[in-house]
Amino acid sequence: MGLYPTPLSSLLLLLFLQTFLTPVVMSNSRTTRPITTGTSVLGLKYRDGVMLAADTLCSYGSLAKYKDARRLVSIGDASSNCLIGGGGEFSDFQFIVELLQKNALEDRMSGEPTESSAKAVWSYLRAVMYQRRNKMNPLWNDILVAGYDKDEEKAFLGTVDKIGTAFEDDVLATGFGSYLCLPILREKWRADLEEGEARALLEDCLRVLFYRDCRALNRVQIAKATADGVLVSEPYEIETSWDSAAFVSTKGGLEGDGVLVS
Amino acid sequence: STHNIHTNTPKTMMQHQHQHHAGHPNYESQLKPGEVGTGTTIMAIPFDGGVVLGADSRVSTGVYVANRVCDKIAQLHDNIWCLRSGSASDCQALTDYVKHYLSQHAIDVGRPPMVKTAAYLMKRLVYENKDKLLAGVIVGGWDPVEKGSVYNVPLGGACLKMPVAIGGSGSPFIYGLVDSEMAKGPKDKAEALALVKKAVSHAMSRDGSSGGIIRTVVVTSTGNEYEYTSGSDLPYGP
Repeated sequence: MGLYPTPLSSLLLLLFLQTFLTPVVMSNSRTTRPITTGTSVLGLKYRDGVMLAADTLCSYGSLAKYKDARRLVSIGDASSNCLIGGGGEFSDFQFIVELLQKNALEDRMSGEPTESSAKAVWSYLRAVMYQRRNKMNPLWNDILVAGYDKDEEKAFLGTVDKIGTAFEDDVLATGFGSYLCLPILREKWRADLEEGEARALLEDCLRVLFYRDCRALNRVQIAKATADGVLVSEPYEIETSWDSAAFVSTKGGLEGDGVLVS
Repeated sequence: STHNIHTNTPKTMMQHQHQHHAGHPNYESQLKPGEVGTGTTIMAIPFDGGVVLGADSRVSTGVYVANRVCDKIAQLHDNIWCLRSGSASDCQALTDYVKHYLSQHAIDVGRPPMVKTAAYLMKRLVYENKDKLLAGVIVGGWDPVEKGSVYNVPLGGACLKMPVAIGGSGSPFIYGLVDSEMAKGPKDKAEALALVKKAVSHAMSRDGSSGGIIRTVVVTSTGNEYEYTSGSDLPYGP
């Protein structure tokens, strides 16, 4: 006879696991660390409404694994007025998108006269993120919520992070963008920016992110919310510049120390 | 007696944030806090008549690109070069030492040093200081005896002569590509140069710690040809 488990030994093993190894073995509903992650999302209000921008990369640690990940999503149907953009754990972002779209659908099916405004979605999301934080099981994301309120004729731009911090502003950025891009956006922002200017400004910031963020890609999406509805662009590549004389010159020669420009 | 049950407190949750591996040695966690790494892709191929060396240009501290146009190809002697990966400071120090010893050695023996010697010097330094250094180096060059040759000196201080050498954090992504291309047969100068640019482009496309431009040097008996491939002209990607 071999070493087969008896009912008693199985019971003892189960009790042991339950008592001492619960966090690791039994309940795996805890978020420990992000695995597949998106990087920065940028947002700014302009003359006609509000715009969001993000690249289409989801990284797996340092591996640039998914290069066509859609991190800017419109909630509801074509005539809706709510956009969200998310960085952080992509599975949690997909969960949030499904949740918000489910809510929008249920509202419409149950005959709600108007759909939720972007501000209402932002408030709801803040409650969701804070509740998860209280259970020590956060949705590991930084979300930007944007939309145009047709009744008040005002654009909305707000952010919610993984622990439920929420605020609104004219320009916002998550992740690396908050370090590298917010200074640029704040410097160049005006309330009456044209669509072309706003887009060029966002592209400049995305370019800086591609240069300086190891987890960024030069394939990007821009989305806008205006009185005419929301529009999420298809991904496209942005130009980059590498040809300055200081870049081209070599530094590894025998005479130099490998560092200084000669 | 009390049992120490490991639970995920907020502090350990935050600490775990940066430790994910993509299935290969995590250079980021082995660097000391604030130390600059050259998460890198480096590659060298010997051909009949010389050697092609190529590298990307990204230097990263964590996820910030400290230098997007770095030069990772260092000259050790007239026809001997090395490619640097790992800690930028450790590699620069190693390069300086080997440069110094090689120049002395060339005077002692009255002839240009052999690539084998440069590789062995590098290996001695890395091996004897393996507990303090984080440097993966490829030494390549031309000498009249062995002609073009390439030596890989990885983290622990081994020294292996190879028909093609790749290194750095981006190298795992291109083992398949390089193996299948090399299986097609030996390369001449143009093919070797094209392969280096292609393989490094592919690695830069997938490795977050590699990127920017590709610098290549073709080393032959007559001299060194330096080439700069802009980030907008890469054969593949980004």
